[in-house]
Amino acid sequence: MNMHAIPQRTSAETALIDAFGERLSLLPGDGEIMVRRDEAIERLKAGLPTKRVESWHYTDLRRLLTAVPQYDGSAKAEVLSPILEGSAVLPVLNGVAATNKLPTLDGVTIQPLAEKLADGSFAAAALDLYGNDDAVGALNTAFVADGYFVDIAAGTELATPLELQNVQAGGQTHVRFPVRIGKGARVTVLERQAGEGTALASSVSQLLVGDDAEVLWLIEQEQADTATHLAQFKASLGKNAKLTLFVMNTGGKLVRQEIIVDAAGEGSVFTLRGVNLLAGDTHTDVTMVLDHSVPHTTSTEVVRYVITDKAQGVFQGRINVAQKAQKTDAKMACNTLLLSDDGEFSVKPELEIFADDVQCGHGATVTEINHDHLFYLMARGVDEKTARGLLVKAFVAEVIEELEDEALVDALEARIETWFATHG
Amino acid sequence: MLEIKNLHARIAEDGTEIIRGLNLTVKAGEVAAIMGPNGSGKSTLSYVLAGREDYEVTEGEILYNGESILEMDPAERAASGIFLAFQYPMEIPGVATMEFLKVAMNAQRKARGEEPLTIPEFLKRVKAAAGTLDMDMAMLKRPLNVGFSGGEKKRAEILQMKLLQPKLCVLDETDSGLDIDALKIVADGVNALRSPDRAIVVITHYQRLLEHIVPDTVHVLYKGQVIKSGDKSLAMELEANGYAGIIEEAA
Ligand SMILES: Nc1ncnc2c1ncn2[C@@H]1O[C@H](COP(=O)(O)OP(=O)(O)O)[C@@H](O)[C@H]1O
Ligand SMILES: [Mg+2]
Repeated sequence: MNMHAIPQRTSAETALIDAFGERLSLLPGDGEIMVRRDEAIERLKAGLPTKRVESWHYTDLRRLLTAVPQYDGSAKAEVLSPILEGSAVLPVLNGVAATNKLPTLDGVTIQPLAEKLADGSFAAAALDLYGNDDAVGALNTAFVADGYFVDIAAGTELATPLELQNVQAGGQTHVRFPVRIGKGARVTVLERQAGEGTALASSVSQLLVGDDAEVLWLIEQEQADTATHLAQFKASLGKNAKLTLFVMNTGGKLVRQEIIVDAAGEGSVFTLRGVNLLAGDTHTDVTMVLDHSVPHTTSTEVVRYVITDKAQGVFQGRINVAQKAQKTDAKMACNTLLLSDDGEFSVKPELEIFADDVQCGHGATVTEINHDHLFYLMARGVDEKTARGLLVKAFVAEVIEELEDEALVDALEARIETWFATHG
Repeated sequence: MLEIKNLHARIAEDGTEIIRGLNLTVKAGEVAAIMGPNGSGKSTLSYVLAGREDYEVTEGEILYNGESILEMDPAERAASGIFLAFQYPMEIPGVATMEFLKVAMNAQRKARGEEPLTIPEFLKRVKAAAGTLDMDMAMLKRPLNVGFSGGEKKRAEILQMKLLQPKLCVLDETDSGLDIDALKIVADGVNALRSPDRAIVVITHYQRLLEHIVPDTVHVLYKGQVIKSGDKSLAMELEANGYAGIIEEAA
């Protein structure tokens, strides 16, 4: 018997393949783009990854992806008020860029991706998959229909944050945000992943961060707890570029957020901070692959999870340090607060180091609420539920408060409050 | 106000008995000092009063205003007016001190059926209390006790006590780690709380603090029991002769 025989397709796999047949004629782009789409659907035809695929070991997509909803063109999503007041919002509503609402900003060129894919100006290579197990990339490349292409000119200092707002209304959506950030530009981008209904959403953000640019990119995922959210964040950093990526997951039924970063320019600095609040019967996986490709690059990652009910959390963090990447400084930490007996957390840190003069380290902790701290708070009259809430919030607030922007800290803390009000 | 009768308590985890038949009565308006060598069970007694889960009461009673508190959790005890100033106040990262003070004060108000404090009223009270303890408001913006020096932690405990206005105050070695100026400030803070309807239990193993907070009664705790009680002259005697004589006498 052939070990690699393709087992019978799951209903989700069949639904995806059928959907591709139905959507094909509507998908923008031809030529090289179509070639990419075909390759991608071939990958999906070979089957969704199972736990036997190393990078999917803790998220058996084939087993977990049970519902693939139909496209629902009639469903309507509304633009949400931005996380930060005054942000320039680029909305994608139910998978379609809402072009009547586009802001104009000096130094920023914005083009709906459907247009860019159709007019032949989009470099098809950007749709290439990452390695052999890139199911998220394959799904998105096969189906991507819209999003925004954003080009930020060299030296632009954006006073207002950009909010890329991807709002589901149920059904399937596949969007992409290719963003070019010019040399020395300084920008804050909020990537908002929100919506309602039993959606299947794939979303890919891909950044080219120019030399000396400084970027704060925040992914706030607050999908409905019936939604499947498969997302990828890819970035390549130029010389002395600084990228701070902040990921906050507070929703979704099945979530995979991949982070693929290449510290490709000397002196570049990558910072990852993550807050994941998991409740109910949900599964949230954050998987990072970080390459330190050249000398003198720095990264720190601090990712925290709060897990309650029957929720399952996964963090995979892989740091590759190339042979020539001397003086790499990379530190990764993952801390989890497990609040229930039925919750689960899996963590896999990996360091692959080929250079000899580096400082690399990682640590992972899984703890319960600290009973001594709980006693202290209660001894001051704070009831147990409130005291627990304070301690859990403190656990994530430590990460959030590192963001220097007070308005942003307040907005995220408000989001956390909302989560606690329903799940705490 | 406080009546402890034949109290036995053990460490929940391994069953070691620490409090072994302790009797103590403290009246409203009284300042009682509890003295005793290291390891005699003073802190354990304070934790048992506050309701820490790590200890189990196996026998005896703790009556507070005539009612048993053994079934009450720490928050209920605190809301009813029991306050413990910790020997080792805990550092709690991520919980801003000010936020904590507000939550604690309002939690107790709520338990008593009172309205939460307005922000200006809250700030006014904190500023006033911090001022008398010579504490910097900037410190209160930091996470609770995190990075505070030993003395700052003790002051922060007294600050909480002043703000919460408890009825039964238990101070566990509040003097340790304080220099003489800080000791005076803290003692003044405690003395200011002396009142006919409040009882204060001062745990210490030096006479030094008792020069500043003059006790009405002094009790010697040894191996989990009160082996001798007296007035403030007992503290002087201990200072002069040590515990050995009293321990022998009791044996
Ligand atoms: N949680 C605990 N675990 C283990 N031993 C404890 C615990 N609490 C108290 N003890 C022990 O009980 C005895 C009394 O401790 P404690 O109450 O701290 O004494 P004191 O405050 O008088 O110095 C000591 O021998 C101490 O080691
Ligand atoms: Mg002690």
